[in-house]
Amino acid sequence: MAPEVIKAARTSSKPESRTLSNGHPIRSPAPRPVFLNLTQIQIPVGALTSIAHRVTGIVLALGFPFCLYALQLSLASAKSYEQLRGMAGSEWFKVALIAFIWALSHHLLAGLRHLLMDIGIGSHLADARRSAWAANVGGVVMAALAAGVVL
Amino acid sequence: MNRSLGGLTPWLIQRLSAVLMLAFIGFVLAHFLVDPPASYEGWRSWAGEPGVGIAACLFSVALLAHAWVGLRDVTLDYVKPLATRITVLTLIALALLGTGLWIFRILWLGRA
Repeated sequence: MAPEVIKAARTSSKPESRTLSNGHPIRSPAPRPVFLNLTQIQIPVGALTSIAHRVTGIVLALGFPFCLYALQLSLASAKSYEQLRGMAGSEWFKVALIAFIWALSHHLLAGLRHLLMDIGIGSHLADARRSAWAANVGGVVMAALAAGVVL
Repeated sequence: MNRSLGGLTPWLIQRLSAVLMLAFIGFVLAHFLVDPPASYEGWRSWAGEPGVGIAACLFSVALLAHAWVGLRDVTLDYVKPLATRITVLTLIALALLGTGLWIFRILWLGRA
């Protein structure tokens, strides 16, 4: 068949399809159903773990410069080391530290869960739900332990 | 699918760096539980040990790579317009590069 015939056949079979500048057709997908009623939407425990994994990753990235600053103070001189010890006594420092430890613990546990699933451990639904619960609760437990130590 | 945006490489980087960071965090945590540094001198001399320095360097490289893949994935998911996307990715890359230089400076300070 000549190329012109193919082109004609394509355009005739999909009359509303658009084409790229090089002539290739773009198939526009049918609109997907969207359901965003927050009072009725189902969030399985694994979805919660997944969302929290993302959020805690961003929190860790934003919090890391503060950790670096603390590390710098702790190493630069005996004076700056004492300065950091003084800062560590303040309430805002403790609250930030506990929040950071929650983020780190959750991210670490959820990440460990992914690594185990990658090698075939716990990827069936019941196990996956259990480990999702474990990651969510484990992060909070670690934060509570940290709170017990620093507060 | 654009090969430079997806595929095995970022997936593998994310997992290898995660394992490396887990090992380092375990090592530091164990040290702090068994033999917590009691003073500035003790802390500094531990941080200045060559083994600790090398491990910290490896950890830092893993962390920067891990942060890049993670923040990149989040950006690709939520920032669709190309110009904004490139801007955001550039800012993230610059921030991570600056963080890398800062880490290098601190680790050097710790060894001096």
